[in-house]
Amino acid sequence: MTRTWIRALVAAALLAFSTALAAAEPVTVDIARFAFMPKEITVAPGTTVVWVNHDETPHTVAASDHAFASKALDTDDRYEHTFADEGDVPYFCTVHPFMTGVVHVRKP
Amino acid sequence: MKRFRPEQEEPASPDRRKALGCLAAWSGAAVVWSIAGGVPRTVGATGTGNTAAANGFTFVQISDTHIGFHKEANPDVVGSLRRAIGQINALPSAPAFVVHTGDVSHLSKPEEFGQAKELLAEIKVDHRHVVPGEHDALDDGLAGYLRQFDHDGRNRAYFSFEQNGAHFVGLSNVLNFKAKTLASFGDEQIAWLRNDLKGVSHSTPIVVMAHIPMWTVYEPWGWGTADADAALALLKPFGSVTVLNGHIHQVLQKVEGHVALHTAMSLAYPLPTPGQAGFGEPGPVTGPGGQLGKLLGTRQVQVVRGTHALATIDTPIES
Repeated sequence: MTRTWIRALVAAALLAFSTALAAAEPVTVDIARFAFMPKEITVAPGTTVVWVNHDETPHTVAASDHAFASKALDTDDRYEHTFADEGDVPYFCTVHPFMTGVVHVRKP
Repeated sequence: MKRFRPEQEEPASPDRRKALGCLAAWSGAAVVWSIAGGVPRTVGATGTGNTAAANGFTFVQISDTHIGFHKEANPDVVGSLRRAIGQINALPSAPAFVVHTGDVSHLSKPEEFGQAKELLAEIKVDHRHVVPGEHDALDDGLAGYLRQFDHDGRNRAYFSFEQNGAHFVGLSNVLNFKAKTLASFGDEQIAWLRNDLKGVSHSTPIVVMAHIPMWTVYEPWGWGTADADAALALLKPFGSVTVLNGHIHQVLQKVEGHVALHTAMSLAYPLPTPGQAGFGEPGPVTGPGGQLGKLLGTRQVQVVRGTHALATIDTPIES
């Protein structure tokens, strides 16, 4: 009887864990035609955002407050950053400062 | 009211506008400009034997070589640069020097800077004066660029020099990037320029080299310099000021008083005209086959003492 309970608990814990994993699946932002797409995204804390440059021109991803910054991304290069805390994080391309985006980090 | 040359046509049909927009930008490439009293006028076409006057000299401007770029718009940027170098070396009257107005490299990689330096060494001139583009300032600012192109050993990307009575100034306007703000020279460089120009007589012809245009060509694409007005104010007392820019990969001119500003063709790939219909962004333009050489080119500038007039000749690498 006890063993069954333990099994049930383990199963519930695994389910909760996998749900948490699902919530934290990486989110992709495409860089194409000198724009971040989507320009604004909302993610849960702990989510990793992956930027992929599809342009022939190099771009960067840099937080407006300079908390993080990628190297120059050539065509098909990727950059990822994990957002731990809630808040709004505006960012831009340092090569083309009129390319901007925002990551809104919110608890679901 | 700011005016741009060549004048853009505004035809009704979008397709026609697109085609004419290209022509307006590219066909200006082979026109000889003479600038007298701040007013440019066309004096002839290229290939007319442009020998420098006895008391003057010529120099050549190249720009935007983007060494390291290898995409569809130009799979062989090294070949394009070599072709231009061959033409510069064959000029009937040897230029005093060559200036490169930035975007030497495409990705600021050490090997791109190294290859570019070797290629520029193939130009048969004593001096190559280079200013950086934003493509030369990726990742670690200008550190990689300065390892190969430090002008005077001072570890900075701005400088000045004299040649036959003309005063030349090289500037860097590709740093200090902030979101939704044009790039700028920065206060330190403006202070240096003020000091540099102090000892120069107002009758001395001034030539300024900087990568990004020193007037706002098209702000949504970042085609302008945030603090250009501060630099131009320092240049205003001089009787003859010529500003040579790159960045936008096409020839545009603007005149304000005694200051004539020119952008140059690239040696790598064309870009759309400012805000060109059908182009939402300033990315490389892949043209019809066999046309690329007509869209890339060099510029020869003639300096004649005492006339306050510089003549510029823009020549595509393929006519």
